[in-house]
Amino acid sequence: MDPASDADLVARCLANEQGAWDALVDRYARYVYAIAARAYRLEPTDAEDVFQEVFARVFERLETLRDVDALRPWIAQTTRRCAVDTLRRNGRETSVEQLPDEPDEGLAELDEAMTVHAALTGLSPDCREILDRFFTRDESYRTIGAELDLPAGTIASRIARCLARLRDVLQPDPAPRAGKKADRPRVG
Amino acid sequence: MTPEERIAELLRALPTPPRGWMEAAKELPTARRELDTIVERIERDAQFRALVQADLEEALRGEGVEPTPAVVALLRQRLAR
Repeated sequence: MDPASDADLVARCLANEQGAWDALVDRYARYVYAIAARAYRLEPTDAEDVFQEVFARVFERLETLRDVDALRPWIAQTTRRCAVDTLRRNGRETSVEQLPDEPDEGLAELDEAMTVHAALTGLSPDCREILDRFFTRDESYRTIGAELDLPAGTIASRIARCLARLRDVLQPDPAPRAGKKADRPRVG
Repeated sequence: MTPEERIAELLRALPTPPRGWMEAAKELPTARRELDTIVERIERDAQFRALVQADLEEALRGEGVEPTPAVVALLRQRLAR
């Protein structure tokens, strides 16, 4: 997991650094996939087309991004446009009212999820791996235990410990000042 | 819902896409170089340009390029510019 900022990744991508492009894909692949497959409920083949279309657009048009700190909203908007175009082509959508229920609400939740995923960089590699395997790859305790050479009986407690550490990364201040603007997800 | 439960819910909200999709996206820089020759030919060869407009995927196959969703999307992007 590359801890570089989006701005740094964009600059390195524009300098044709393959490693930076790989990191950008790693960082946003889940986000694009979730918008296409979950928020817009595209069928797998359509979701794949949208996924590749979005990354092709990002790759070809990256130099047109005026505010490099706006990479995430730009990718979200690009994915939404591609998903809506796909729905229209398939005749499943003719007006905004006919889009899947409340995609905006779903997108807000995905933004929160991206913030939580970004906070994983504050954990040890072991914690990152076990949380990623269990929650995002949906692997069983048995599979995780076999892959990481851990007794399956210890997986649950390790996940609980790592979740608690991630909570601490997201909420380092146990008593935030009243009125302080929170840019962390609502995990409480 | 406890904070940990909410964090778990948000982690689950972003599942990993199929590995092949990510690998294809990562190969876009390589695909772009491979498409350079085809794009140049499209620009100078009207007959080939017509073939691409009629059936882009078949035109790619004719040039020995597998028309994966990633390659097709990239070529469409380049032609749209």
